[in-house]
Amino acid sequence: MPAMKRSITPAKAASLIPDGASIMVGGFMGVGSPNRLIDALVAAGKTGLTLIANDTAMPGKGVAKLVTARCLSKAIVSHIGLNPETQAQMNAGELEVELVPQGTLVECIRAAGVGLGAVVTPTGLGTPVQEGKQTLEVDGVSYLVEKPIRADFALIAARQSDYAGNLEYALTAQNFNPIMALAGGTVIAEPEHIVPVGMIPPDAVRTPASLVDHLIERAL
Amino acid sequence: MDLKERIARRVAQEVQPATLVNLGIGLPSLVANYVPANAGVFFQSENGVIGLGARPPEGMEDPDLTDAGGGFVTAVPGAAAIDSAMSFGLIRGGHIDMTVLGGLEVDAQGRLANWMIPGKLTPGMGGAMDLATGAKKVVVAMTHCIKDRPKIVESCAIPLTSARPVDLIVTEMAVFQPTPDGLVLLEHAPDTDVAAIRAATGAAFEVSSGLKEMSLDAP
Repeated sequence: MPAMKRSITPAKAASLIPDGASIMVGGFMGVGSPNRLIDALVAAGKTGLTLIANDTAMPGKGVAKLVTARCLSKAIVSHIGLNPETQAQMNAGELEVELVPQGTLVECIRAAGVGLGAVVTPTGLGTPVQEGKQTLEVDGVSYLVEKPIRADFALIAARQSDYAGNLEYALTAQNFNPIMALAGGTVIAEPEHIVPVGMIPPDAVRTPASLVDHLIERAL
Repeated sequence: MDLKERIARRVAQEVQPATLVNLGIGLPSLVANYVPANAGVFFQSENGVIGLGARPPEGMEDPDLTDAGGGFVTAVPGAAAIDSAMSFGLIRGGHIDMTVLGGLEVDAQGRLANWMIPGKLTPGMGGAMDLATGAKKVVVAMTHCIKDRPKIVESCAIPLTSARPVDLIVTEMAVFQPTPDGLVLLEHAPDTDVAAIRAATGAAFEVSSGLKEMSLDAP
């Protein structure tokens, strides 16, 4: 059985993450994001972080708080359309934004996590996404070669964890979370509930405990 | 009937029974309103649900059950919740029968541009590039012009979403099918004719020998 984990506070978790680190953060338009961890990064006044996430949410929600608090120097995301602050900082040259097609983004994160050297995809061919990238022909069909995307830390949200760190997710709050749990150098999980080992049936575990380095303590 | 409702009603006629369909946010999402509930159609939302249902009653919303725009939804019986890798595996892998996407421009080959206007607006592509590349059938639902400027043009001035031509273009004026020889006008709206469509379209097109009037009945 995996060792029981000690839970840590969001502030303690934030202290593990240095300025300038790269962080993957789960969530889709703010749904399924580790909100207490995000608040702790803002409270700690982090700067120069590279964010890897699906989107930059909308002001006041999820990772948008990192944008507003100017914690970021770069964002690698698929969509910024609902966050005017991201666009303003990008246009002012204060925030570098790299836009990646959503399916390519998640698959490049997965590739990094599962030991694959590249993602070979038709998405983005013949568009600006292709610029500067290698193409590959396989059986007469052209593809774009996209490199794996990894990060120093993966910050993920889960519906519940057991004491060992096995994670179960909720509905559309899954999104990038189980994929990012594979691809962060250090994985910090923020579950809504923490339950005794055995309460999450093995079939329901989407992220095995061995991938999780730290658990955020329960919310009061 | 406003223009968007008219477009949505026409696009809904393209939705086949018992298929899996992805609707983009904005105008395309209106299509669901005109698909019969008993058609056995499942809607996929790329944030991770197959079997998207209507907005829940006030006070019954689940913050963990949303559509791709972050709005509260329900899940229909038989729904499945999936992660983003599965979601885009389905999209890129050709498992989505049809997607409906909004458009900023479409060129004479039927290639869509809908994710940025350089120097003005950069929402990002989100899932649109994967959908336009991987869905079995791609339908563009958009108004014919923006401020009297045609959105169907010889060559897009803004970056493409995919090099793959779409399968059908539906506007409030017309239905076009892109072919290797260019655009073909299949239908005109009841209140317009070919001459008016030519005047409002920035690309050359052929008129189908079977040209007919667009039906605005819900299927």
